[in-house]
Amino acid sequence: MGIQPVAISVDSPELSRDLCQKAGYTFTFLSDPKADVIRRYDLLHPGAGIDGQDVARPAEFLLDSSGTVRWVNLTENYWVRARPEQILEVAKTLR
Amino acid sequence: MKARRFNLPIWVGFLVTLIAFFSYFFVFVWFPVTRDFPWANLLLFGIAAALLLVGVRRAFAPDRPKRSKIAAAILATLSVAIFGFFVFATFINARRLPDSHGAPQVGQKAPDFTLSDTNGRPVSLSQLISARTEQEGRTDPKGVLLIFYRGYW
Repeated sequence: MGIQPVAISVDSPELSRDLCQKAGYTFTFLSDPKADVIRRYDLLHPGAGIDGQDVARPAEFLLDSSGTVRWVNLTENYWVRARPEQILEVAKTLR
Repeated sequence: MKARRFNLPIWVGFLVTLIAFFSYFFVFVWFPVTRDFPWANLLLFGIAAALLLVGVRRAFAPDRPKRSKIAAAILATLSVAIFGFFVFATFINARRLPDSHGAPQVGQKAPDFTLSDTNGRPVSLSQLISARTEQEGRTDPKGVLLIFYRGYW
């Protein structure tokens, strides 16, 4: 489909590498340990980490080839995440 | 009457309560149908409640020893507490999320950034977007899906 997933969290590159190896993920994982980008995207969830550190709230953005946001999912319940079908449906409309 | 000595419903009820609680985080969370709304777990909690009710009534029958009543009271209280914590974790705590009104909206440009990948190499968003364009030459839809997540810890 030509959609490149990019996962972003406050986890260190090492931690993400472990996760990728364990789970078999091959897509890009980016590390934002100081939550600079997470803050710029207004996705900071202060103190919500396991040790009370600041983490990102779950959020998904589908960008087209110009970098424009075409679809956003800001869940109201962190157990409820975007489903692949939802994203593929929007991806069909991208040119 | 040996069968009357052991209060099976109360113990099974407590066990089902534990299963109802932990199965969400270890089993049902992996399936969108049972994760988005924990109906499977609520069903299990319902079964547990029925068993516990039977167990408590049995324990408080006049011919039962005192320790049976104490055990039933403790198990029933623990079960209610576990159910309460489950409701808190899935319905209340999970909804305490920031509003994120300032997040990029549909139609807006996503702000560019540069972050390290798992090999410690800097990667920018513009790089990721243009990488797709270069690979093109076909009419497939293309794009980047940014997934912000809480972290693996």
